[in-house]
Amino acid sequence: MSDASNSSVVWRGTAVSLSLLVVFLAAWQWGPGLLGIPPFIIPPLSTVANEAVRMWHVSGLAYHTGITAAEVIAGFILGSLLGAFIGYLIGMSPTAEFALSPYILALQIAPKVAFAPLFILWMGFTVYPKILVAILIVFFPVMVNVLTAIRTVDPDLINLARAFKATRAQIFWKIEFPASLPPLFAGLRIGSTLAVVGVVVGELVGGNMGLGYLLAFGEGQANTAMVFVAIVMLTLVGGAAYLLVILIEQRVLHYLPKRAMSGF
Amino acid sequence: MSDLIRLEYRDVTMRFAQAGQSLTAVQGVNIAVRDGEVVSLIGPSGCGKSTLLNIGSGLTAPSEGQAFVDGERVEGPNAHVAFMLQKDLLLPWRTVIENVMFGVEIQGVAPAERRRRAQALLENLKLADFSGHYPHQLSGGMRQRVALARTLAVDPTVLLLDEPFSAVDAQTRMVLQRELAQTLKRAGKTALLITHDLLEAVTLSDRVLVMSRRPGRIIDEIAIDIPDRDDPLKRRTHPNVAGYVNRLMDRLDIGAVPA
Ligand SMILES: Nc1ncnc2c1ncn2[C@@H]1O[C@H](COP(=O)(O)OP(=O)(O)OP(=O)(O)O)[C@@H](O)[C@H]1O
Ligand SMILES: [Mg+2]
Repeated sequence: MSDASNSSVVWRGTAVSLSLLVVFLAAWQWGPGLLGIPPFIIPPLSTVANEAVRMWHVSGLAYHTGITAAEVIAGFILGSLLGAFIGYLIGMSPTAEFALSPYILALQIAPKVAFAPLFILWMGFTVYPKILVAILIVFFPVMVNVLTAIRTVDPDLINLARAFKATRAQIFWKIEFPASLPPLFAGLRIGSTLAVVGVVVGELVGGNMGLGYLLAFGEGQANTAMVFVAIVMLTLVGGAAYLLVILIEQRVLHYLPKRAMSGF
Repeated sequence: MSDLIRLEYRDVTMRFAQAGQSLTAVQGVNIAVRDGEVVSLIGPSGCGKSTLLNIGSGLTAPSEGQAFVDGERVEGPNAHVAFMLQKDLLLPWRTVIENVMFGVEIQGVAPAERRRRAQALLENLKLADFSGHYPHQLSGGMRQRVALARTLAVDPTVLLLDEPFSAVDAQTRMVLQRELAQTLKRAGKTALLITHDLLEAVTLSDRVLVMSRRPGRIIDEIAIDIPDRDDPLKRRTHPNVAGYVNRLMDRLDIGAVPA
């Protein structure tokens, strides 16, 4: 694709995106009233915005958002590191893969969020059980992607390196590791959104911190606007994490053709 | 060209276990390639040509017999041999020059020397302007030239080439054939070239070996007595070419009415 047509796509795409946003916000503000939907079902945009300001001053919205964001980042980083590490380890040892695959499969099938109450029993109403759920849920997509990447490296590439008398470590660092980066980042993208899910479930189950707590609190008060504010903030936290992964990915995978990269 | 034998297969037999059965891919193969000689190996698909290449490069050990390079028995990958395949095997995350340096980097050649060698090769293969490009920015023919440069960068005495140009279009192939022929001649390299293109075999080589159907054996050897081995385009037009090609077709049973 030429640069000219590319930039016109960007231009038009952005224009359409922004108009859709305006339409959506307008529909949110005036739609419920026009359709006769009461504010405790869908509060209009302005009510939610006012609630956000109130929560900022009174309910410590910034504090709770900060807690959730910190848990998401901690869970995401630790889960990714662990997933990548185990993925590389298993990928390099066919025996380990054979021995461990039934357990990995079982753990992968088990709904990770169901562990949240258990972790809270173990660690109390702290940030740690939330981080742990996030680690568990981020771990799998990252590990599976790394493992698949290592397993599908072209054997002729490995033979090429071997023919130059490469050591096992050289084969890993010069071929297997760089070849695994695109799938690793695909796993990280998925992981960044799942981390938010893990943390919120943990916060919903127990404790008095984080956006998940505000969510449960708003529900208890029948404060629909508060629930909406929490959902919006969670989306922003998840979006920020996702964007961060994309930015790092674009730096690391700069050698890929541009079109393969932009896909969200 | 001296009488020194650079590459030799002695009574090489290779068996594979396939679906519980033993399959003999090649049987009792003897090949000797002299210093500076270019020998082509042709034969039906599955007759064990690539298998012989893997044995020569030390990636697989033969079931029986031995391979020798520069008089030394091949017991694993060694610096005297380098191979090039139909696939360019360029690493997408490396630039052209970094790809060319891949082999020398593994072999621990000093960085300055690596770069010097790579630049000289890129210069020779008319790729100097592309040294900072990534593989996806190159055409198929250019990528194959980069692969050739990478193969030559480790300065092997013997090149093993497995259908190196079969994935590029006919015009590009002719250009690449001439570049290969000139490079081999200039550097005095010894080469074993596997190809399905009979004209390529005749125009590029000093000798052509013909293999039988599996289990592959050498069933014929034809010395190509045409001058200008470094100019395959000129060789193409030589009146004797058709005779050689016909003889190869004959030996391969091409054109015969199938039974
Ligand atoms: N690693 C292996 N394991 C089992 N069988 C193999 C292996 N490598 C090759 N073979 C078998 O050995 C035979 C020869 O294979 P080879 O790749 O050497 O043929 P080839 O002459 O290069 O064919 P082509 O012209 O199609 O490239 C084939 O029947 C193939 O199935
Ligand atoms: Mg082959």
